[in-house]
Amino acid sequence: MSEPTEPAAEAAPKPTRIAPIVTPDAKSFWAAADREEFIGQKCSDCGRFRFPPRPMCPHCHSLAREEVPLSGRGTVYTWAVPRHPPPFGFREPPIIAVIALEEGIRMVSNVVGVKIEDMRHDMPVEVTFEPTMGNHKVPVFRPRR
Amino acid sequence: MTRKFTEAAIAGIGATEFSKASGRSELQLAAECSLAACEDAGVDPRDIDGMITFTIDNSDEISLARCLGVKDLAYTTRIPGGGAAAAGTIFQAMALVNAGLCQNVLIWRAMNERSQYRFGQNPNQANMSGYTAGHGTGSLLWCIPYGAMTPASWAALQAGRYMHRYGVTNRDLGYVSVQQRKYAATNPKAWFYQRPITLEDHQNSKWIMEPLLRLLDCCQESDGGVAILVTSLERAKDLKQPPVRILGATQSIPYNVEVISNYYHDDLTVMPEAMGVARRLWAMTGLKPSDMQCAMIYDAFTPHVLLQLEAFGFCKPGEAKDFVKSGQIAIDGALPVNTHGGLLGEAYIHGMNSMAEGVRQVRGTSVNQVKNVQHVLVSSGMAGAILARA
Ligand SMILES: [Zn+2]
Repeated sequence: MSEPTEPAAEAAPKPTRIAPIVTPDAKSFWAAADREEFIGQKCSDCGRFRFPPRPMCPHCHSLAREEVPLSGRGTVYTWAVPRHPPPFGFREPPIIAVIALEEGIRMVSNVVGVKIEDMRHDMPVEVTFEPTMGNHKVPVFRPRR
Repeated sequence: MTRKFTEAAIAGIGATEFSKASGRSELQLAAECSLAACEDAGVDPRDIDGMITFTIDNSDEISLARCLGVKDLAYTTRIPGGGAAAAGTIFQAMALVNAGLCQNVLIWRAMNERSQYRFGQNPNQANMSGYTAGHGTGSLLWCIPYGAMTPASWAALQAGRYMHRYGVTNRDLGYVSVQQRKYAATNPKAWFYQRPITLEDHQNSKWIMEPLLRLLDCCQESDGGVAILVTSLERAKDLKQPPVRILGATQSIPYNVEVISNYYHDDLTVMPEAMGVARRLWAMTGLKPSDMQCAMIYDAFTPHVLLQLEAFGFCKPGEAKDFVKSGQIAIDGALPVNTHGGLLGEAYIHGMNSMAEGVRQVRGTSVNQVKNVQHVLVSSGMAGAILARA
């Protein structure tokens, strides 16, 4: 596996990545990401996580919820690289992945600091953050050893 | 008005030509294909009393009704889920007729999805309307900051785990494309008429989503319109065409499933929505996979054909690639699939052209006619129907 490069080190040019589209139910997730905090939504009654965030627990229908820090650890559930058309906001084609988080939820993100030829299903990854246009940040993932 | 349970049937189908630049408005395409469906059926368009389209169709019901001179509309509705709506429209038309609420239900889908806008390109940042409620794509906006901005990118992420688990290679997917282009090659209405491809052509086409999807795994972008007229079986018997019964139709959206940005249900190596459609259709009709003489299966991207073949039980999990490779979806195979060329070969009219091909197979009028057709499965993933001879 190649050495992961620190994304911040090459972030000299202005960020070109599109900022997240923030809906009322996802506001705290993205606000936390701006502070480089990776949080998830958990039911205050039955304790189960859910993603994407939503106002009601699908398991027990409780409206009580808390935003708790996630471990930031997960594995690559699946991945691919968009070649055509080149996605808007990226100088190099990103690795897009569905990440299976330790807490039992999945999210779409990017895997950074790894060569495409080194990508593997179930590869362990951990969260890091990258800047977007408009001074926001989004959680992305890098290989974890 | 008295309500009584009434069997539903497809009495008419109509379409414009399929092109890359129609040169006229989407409303005109809608009006032309709708009129063609009515003429095919022998129904006066002024007598349409129900209208159904996709949530994302740009033509207004009233504008279209005004073109057709519709006298007294009783019911309109729109189906979410992009292409998943294709068979959903037939389901809802059936339900309206079953309930005795409408006599002549017009289904249409018309678009300049090449010359006017392109689903295959990055979204216009100023227009995020695709990510608003009502289209069945609740989590799409979670993809955008990560560079997953096109249907191919969303579809690849759906297919990757399945391909990984069963060792399905991109070359394996090529057999789907090659077969469908073979069907298109003999279909004069198809954009790719007389233009078959080889597996090498498929493998030489550029990556769209490396290492999963190449250009020839993706449906076309097309301009055109398709319309279908649904009425009661009883009435259809007196009309111009042999009636095509809607023996069963359904939608299925299991927990944590959504269209396209569909990454949250338990196991991405299966398509639970299509499994749900299958379960309901087989229960509703008492039929089984081997009772189908052919199938029209939503093929925006080749992996979805494999996943649906497995979900409907035409083959076991992981075996669809071998089913296709061994020629089972060819005209003389166990289950000819997308005999018009599909969305890859004929045109991408959001799946509605595949519904129309299902009708032609039952009528016996397909250019690639399957022998002795009694039952045809039409599936758009989240919805499906079984069409049958009357
Ligand atoms: Zn709960």
